[in-house]
Amino acid sequence: MFYREAGDFKTSYVDDGQTFPIKFDRYRYYFVLFVAFAMVPLLINDYWVNAIFLPFLIYSIAAIGLNILVGYCGQVSLGTGGFMAVGAYACYKFMTGLDIWIGGVQYALPPINIFFSVILAGLVTAVVGVLFGLPSLRIKGFYLAVATLAAQFFLVWLFNKWAWAYNYSASGQINAPEREIFGVAITGPNTEAWASYLFCLVIAAITAVIARNLTRGASGRKWMAIRDMDIAAEIIGVNPLKAKLSAFAVSSFYIGIAGALFFAVYLGAVEVGEAFGIQKSFIVLFMVIIGGLGSIFGSFAGAAFLVLLPVLLKLMLADSTDTITGFSTVMSWIFLLAFVAAVVMLVINIIRTRSLIAGSGVGWIFASIAAFMAYALTIGGMGWPTDIVAHLQLVIVGALIIIFLVAEPHGIAQLWRVAKEKLRLWPFPH
Amino acid sequence: MKKRLATMAVAAVMAAGPVMADLVFPSLSYRTGAYAAGGIPFADGYADYFTLLNERDGGIGGVMTKVPECETAYNTEKGVECYESLKDSGGLVYQPLSTGITYQLIPKMTADDIPLHTMGYGRTSAANGKVFSHVFNYPANYWNGASVIVNHLLEQNGGDMKGKKVALVYHNSAFGKEPIRTLEELSAKHGYELSLMPVDHPGQEQKSQWLQIRRDKPDYVIMYGWGVMNQVAIQEAANIRFPMENFIGIWWSGAEHDVMPAGEAANGYKAVTFHAVGDDFPVFDDIRKYVVDKGLAAGAGDQVGKVVYNRGLYAAMLAAEAAKKAQEIHGTAQITPSMMRDGMEALEITEERMAELGMPNFGPSFSVSCENHGGDGLGAITQWDAAAGEWKMISEFGPSDMDVIQPLIIEDSEAFAAESNIEQRCN
Repeated sequence: MFYREAGDFKTSYVDDGQTFPIKFDRYRYYFVLFVAFAMVPLLINDYWVNAIFLPFLIYSIAAIGLNILVGYCGQVSLGTGGFMAVGAYACYKFMTGLDIWIGGVQYALPPINIFFSVILAGLVTAVVGVLFGLPSLRIKGFYLAVATLAAQFFLVWLFNKWAWAYNYSASGQINAPEREIFGVAITGPNTEAWASYLFCLVIAAITAVIARNLTRGASGRKWMAIRDMDIAAEIIGVNPLKAKLSAFAVSSFYIGIAGALFFAVYLGAVEVGEAFGIQKSFIVLFMVIIGGLGSIFGSFAGAAFLVLLPVLLKLMLADSTDTITGFSTVMSWIFLLAFVAAVVMLVINIIRTRSLIAGSGVGWIFASIAAFMAYALTIGGMGWPTDIVAHLQLVIVGALIIIFLVAEPHGIAQLWRVAKEKLRLWPFPH
Repeated sequence: MKKRLATMAVAAVMAAGPVMADLVFPSLSYRTGAYAAGGIPFADGYADYFTLLNERDGGIGGVMTKVPECETAYNTEKGVECYESLKDSGGLVYQPLSTGITYQLIPKMTADDIPLHTMGYGRTSAANGKVFSHVFNYPANYWNGASVIVNHLLEQNGGDMKGKKVALVYHNSAFGKEPIRTLEELSAKHGYELSLMPVDHPGQEQKSQWLQIRRDKPDYVIMYGWGVMNQVAIQEAANIRFPMENFIGIWWSGAEHDVMPAGEAANGYKAVTFHAVGDDFPVFDDIRKYVVDKGLAAGAGDQVGKVVYNRGLYAAMLAAEAAKKAQEIHGTAQITPSMMRDGMEALEITEERMAELGMPNFGPSFSVSCENHGGDGLGAITQWDAAAGEWKMISEFGPSDMDVIQPLIIEDSEAFAAESNIEQRCN
């Protein structure tokens, strides 16, 4: 009803080419920005920032970076963890004062402001990314994946071995000292929740807008031409060297920024093998695949999915509280009844249709899951043993990845697209 | 129906009124992942001791204790989530059992005024209480462990290790790298030759390291491993027929689950320890009576008396004693994390006290002070007897070479103080 082009007149080419051509979309976008910038910082505490918002924003930046490379340019990369490590260690060197030894004499730069340290870390990573992107000019597909895998292992090995990178500390750990912007601590232990959140949010928002516009413009079209068929792209005049290496550079720049924030703002202390191992490469790749290849929104959705789901499962299943207030008690009873009702309806449906999903089976499955989740959250968690919940988390996240790949290979972004198409026609579908 | 719901709601509100809050000892455990073999017995031992205190003594100083668990899987990101989610529960002291998580929590917890106890792991230089106000690593740390091992080797060689070759097989992380400086200093002092062999997380791939050991033929191998890495290393050592009595692990590499997979071949393998092994102590009778037989044991309840279980028990005992001390100092049973810190700093463990607790000679006696958060750093050597299927102490608790270790602690902690602008305390 509200979600349509009709009545939203464009009188210039600029208007016509904007990111959100539909008025409702545009206002929703402004509303999300308003909530994220003006309301969330007033409401959050340490838990929300450190357990949910920081990992979500930082993984989103990394997923956007990888999406540019894999989703837009079609070059598979398994080196994300290694490139994040480059970002983290570069940021550490810049924020503690880069030192160079020439002939036994130490020359050191003064420590650089944390914002510029993060940006410089991104640039350093971009250079490293281009270096490791060179093989992409000769090989593609699985072979390129293996070549980038080599980058992953080489970089982790390097930062374990190269004492200069961690300022010769005995343990090989890097620690983020306290750094400020306009007198507000951004890194270090005395950080306010809103400060580190806003810092990451600003960087995430800027990088997302740039990525969106890059992919809509000439360079994005070149990347997509290479992705769809590199020989055809070459024939119509796309330079594969420039296109592929620029994709590696931009992608690594984003991943480097994500690595720098991951170390400096989120964790505060990392060691390379544990924080930037092969697991990181895979999880960011899963985010891109689940969120949707070739979609900026999909990068955010995929990051949210893989960051929030384990936390949500933990809150629902493992935690327990013995102080439930009156209102929650009432609500939990309502949700428990709803859960029982949904399960009963599901069983009736199975008996009638002799199938789990026929009729409204899928609907009742979702209804019972939703009611159970609501019940578990209102009673403050089921209090199951932590190891069983940890194993269940793996099972559920893994199963959902498989379900997504089978049911919707184009990811959450495609679901969103379909929903928008349907909404455009609503309430008159014919 | 409506009326009943309303009554229930009112009852629930009233029930949630002011009550005596429990003393909370959070357990950042890991019962899953590559390090679960060590994480499970520690978490069980830690939880069981507090259950024992609740069941037998009615808590600490009349206040019941509570041990909420949070699964970290030895992963720093999950560790952050766990710390933040448990922070509001009023946790008195945290024991993450992970050097990586420890490094991350040190500045955070100092800022939040909550003490951190990293017993035999974590940042070794935290023993300098002048710099690290909220971090404790009594009764012994990694460097003490390394030195006790070298002392044992010296003893075997009649005090002279010139020309001997020692290989260090270590987990390639902050944990495994910690002893390198100490072993290098000691190598300069005693004249042995040190070679380093890193093993990457999680440690299942060690063929090349052991091939190198077979080629170089070192006289002794020291191991700083944890989790699945230990079992693989001991099996590999058996495969190349390395003499087990010349293979010595740190305390995180010396438990039943590490040596069992290699069977008979692991016989004679040694490890250093800072607490007693076995279940021949009166406290275990109480644990069986009040905890296991009542069905209150944590986990599967099958770990009682295992090496790492004992370590969890010991950690819980030290925490409970520190809480008692804090209650004495501040004259209140309801202590806060800040008071707990004072209790830990004033902690004194004597032989008599341990005997009273049913743990005679379970660990060395030591005292903590404002300057020294690391205790005296005593350690003993244990050896695996495969036929009997148990670890045996083969030495008394002996001192480590503090002449070498203390300057290293001062140097590393002062570098940290300079880096983080920390003013030294205790003056």
